Amino acid sequence: MINQLEYPLLSALIFLPIAGAIFVALISRAKETWIKGTALFFTSLTFLLSLLLFTHFDKTTALMQFVEIGEWIPAWGVKYFLGIDGISVLFILLSTLLSILCVTISWHSIDKKVKEFYASILLIEGAMIGVFCALDLFLFYIFWEAMLIPMYLLIGVWGGPNRIYAAIKFFLYTLVGSLLMLVGIILLYLFGGRTFDVLQIMNVNYPFGLQIILFWAFFAAFAVKVPMFPVHTWLPDAHTEAPTAGSVILAGILIKMGAYGFLRFSIPILPEASVAMAPAMMVLSVIAIVYGGIICLGQTDLKRLIAYSSVSHMGFVTLGIFALNTQGVEGGILQMVNHGIVTGALFLSVGIVYDRTHTRQISDYGGLATVMPVYAAFFMVFTLASVGLPGTNGFVGEFLILLGGFTASKPLGIIAASGIIIGAAYMLMLYQKVFFLETNTKVARLKDMDSRELMTLLPLLILVIWIGVYPNVFMGFMDESVKNLLERVNNTQTLPPDLSRIIEGNK
Amino acid sequence: MNPLPFPDLMPFAPEIIMLSAATLLLMLELFVKNRTIISAICLAASMGVILILPQSQGITFNGMFINDGYSMYFKIIFIVGLVMTILISLKYIDRERPQRGEYYSLLLFATSGMMIMASSKDLVVLFLGLELMALSTYILAGIKPLNIKSNEAAIKYFMLGAFSSAFFLYGLALLYGLTGSTDIYQISERLRQTEPTLPLILSMIMIVVAFSFKIAAAPFHMWAPDVYEGSPTSVTAFMSVGPKAAGFAVIGRVFYVAFESIQSDWSIALIVIAVLTMAVGNILALCQRNIKRMLAYSSIAHAGYMLIGIIAGTSESLHSVLNYLLIYAFMNMGAFAIVILLEKGEDIEDYNGLARSHPIVAAIMLVFMFSLVGIPPTAGFVAKFNLFLAAINAGYLWLVIVAVIFSSISAFYYLRIVMNMYMRDNISETPEILLSPSLGIAIFVSLVMVVAIGIVPSLVVG
Repeated sequence: MINQLEYPLLSALIFLPIAGAIFVALISRAKETWIKGTALFFTSLTFLLSLLLFTHFDKTTALMQFVEIGEWIPAWGVKYFLGIDGISVLFILLSTLLSILCVTISWHSIDKKVKEFYASILLIEGAMIGVFCALDLFLFYIFWEAMLIPMYLLIGVWGGPNRIYAAIKFFLYTLVGSLLMLVGIILLYLFGGRTFDVLQIMNVNYPFGLQIILFWAFFAAFAVKVPMFPVHTWLPDAHTEAPTAGSVILAGILIKMGAYGFLRFSIPILPEASVAMAPAMMVLSVIAIVYGGIICLGQTDLKRLIAYSSVSHMGFVTLGIFALNTQGVEGGILQMVNHGIVTGALFLSVGIVYDRTHTRQISDYGGLATVMPVYAAFFMVFTLASVGLPGTNGFVGEFLILLGGFTASKPLGIIAASGIIIGAAYMLMLYQKVFFLETNTKVARLKDMDSRELMTLLPLLILVIWIGVYPNVFMGFMDESVKNLLERVNNTQTLPPDLSRIIEGNK
Repeated sequence: MNPLPFPDLMPFAPEIIMLSAATLLLMLELFVKNRTIISAICLAASMGVILILPQSQGITFNGMFINDGYSMYFKIIFIVGLVMTILISLKYIDRERPQRGEYYSLLLFATSGMMIMASSKDLVVLFLGLELMALSTYILAGIKPLNIKSNEAAIKYFMLGAFSSAFFLYGLALLYGLTGSTDIYQISERLRQTEPTLPLILSMIMIVVAFSFKIAAAPFHMWAPDVYEGSPTSVTAFMSVGPKAAGFAVIGRVFYVAFESIQSDWSIALIVIAVLTMAVGNILALCQRNIKRMLAYSSIAHAGYMLIGIIAGTSESLHSVLNYLLIYAFMNMGAFAIVILLEKGEDIEDYNGLARSHPIVAAIMLVFMFSLVGIPPTAGFVAKFNLFLAAINAGYLWLVIVAVIFSSISAFYYLRIVMNMYMRDNISETPEILLSPSLGIAIFVSLVMVVAIGIVPSLVVG
């Protein structure tokens, strides 16, 4: 474990937004510009600070970096233990970036309870970064759950017409999963020598039967968040009803936490169970890919379509992760980042027209390409990235995942590849219906994007191309950590014989 | 024959302070019209109890009365409940009830009863404390003489309370017949030498029933919703903390000590009650329209969780119950304080649009509601985590999973309040708030404790 900096950078990243939320809460309700400005200031400052991770991260080691350790609850052996490695570093950068965009995209569209809105965004940002940094299970759980409160408000207060239903559904789904994980965490703690330290727990050899139970306990929390089939049903409602910023956070970061949880906790702590359960996980992933894609074909609501496409795309991510080989896992991580960028961008784009038209029905649009040419160009790039066209980031991630998935299981790899075709179908149909065909009179007089909206989408556009053309900058971060993770998994001895054939490709 | 030595009064000193303050107030209330002076005396008495508590350890009255770490922790919980109740009552009780009366002295008498219960080493003393507490709370429930619901509450509470006392006495009589003693420690000693017999089990069940009434555990909970709804809100707040904690104090003492040898038997009885209590409390809370009834069912549910700590039967789990009670006292008192703060705050529809008209009040209520669900970083999470940890460690994994499922159900009804405050709008009128300094202090203290314990659990753990 190392900390290459003299100062506690990770704590600063977590608590700066939280401090920002307190500042926002103290500003007078009437001064809305001040509130927005403060939120923008704190998110930008956090982003600039997080760039230090980008520059100072040591790519040659799988050790935890930027580590901070302090006593917290001595009676239970709970520590304030933060640190990141190649698996988590990119998500922190993604969180800090998307948070700024959430502030700028909401500048005019949020007009009630402004103070609470920006405070919630800042609190969510702090908790999200905390989730990716925590190396103490107790601390992790605190951040994981604490995020529910502002997220629940974000959907329920500023969301669409059906927001209350969506908010409560989101909350209950996640809560049930999280509480089962809590039981799992307590079991890990009691059987692992009364410590919540993830690095120490990783070195405990839990008996196989217990590992299976724990795997499903953690699965309950992570699968709901991802969301994996069949516990995905909260997602379309929550994503559709949430305000634009909420959808961006949900699609961009929050659902990545589930997959991150598998990588950080389930696989390294419970390697035997993960290997044994990998086929089941891969099957569920492939079902999500195909099922999510087919549902997308029938959607009439812009946001709902993109929401269901997340189910399909996250299916690719979990497929890659549970392929348990280098290409699969690296592809999975990269695809998570990609999906955060692309789907974040798509939700932001939908938010931009929604602010003008206040409708999400695809049939209300048409011919936007002539009305809003710049916007159409941006949307085109994001659509192609979502489809996975070579030259965009989506291609790199999905290609690696299919490679890994194919190595692990040929039939599943083939079925998963068909998901890409379905993806191309629904995304291009969406683009055609919204941007081409005859210009709908309802949208004939819309203004193109202003500079604020342009600046919101531009960073994501750059990233789409950058990762698409030269992914090594980002892949380089994760190489060592992924290698280390897979060594742990592949050193496991107690494979059940009947399953070993399926995962032969790993070795 | 030696003359009996005068008993050492030091272990009884906290109760002496409380009882004399209560008696003093009974007379003073005839002459002193100023509520502030009266409540100041109550607060001074509470302060005196807290100050003298650390020095008053020991056993007295021929071994009938014990003041140990266990009872001292409970006394702190009782005092927290009492002080909070007094702070939230100050303006409220005048508003509710124009007649003057013995409100404050009854609160002190009830608290004295609880303190005696927590400290009793002898079942007869326990009964004494139980009745002192119970009789005072019966009157408190009916202290609005012209309000029909308050009357109903008092009568119901009295009838069912009398039943439960009778059950307790039957159990006690059987136990005395079997062991020839009423001393809890001697009973334990004698029971250890004998095999469990049918009368012993019968007496244990009677005592389980009696205490289940006191902590409002299902299926002996029926009085709670009506009594909570009918009583003045400050009394409801008081009843949801103090008497419940006192019930747990005696459950701990009687079952862990007297019935130590038949732990496997009483834990089965309590498991049934605990599961039933969690189910009834959480499921019936879902369909309540009145917030006091909802909080009544919620307090039934919380009693169910706490019973798990008793069932687990380790000192770690007993400790977690104590912490749970203390944390529950703060968050529940806080929630009731907000109910009192609103002029019209009994129906859950009254909370519609509160975030718009009174954003700070709504934000504070939000913290209490999330704490009652048990979401970090609030104290409610620390309480639940501590309890679940101890119970799993004692081997009751399945019971914890049941509790976990029911507590996710509980999120639904607590969140409904949040939902009404933040996501619905009040079309008709803006809710009035009636803030008094003492109420403000009570809310502030509960809020600070709920947040502080949530962030620094070491305040209570260990």
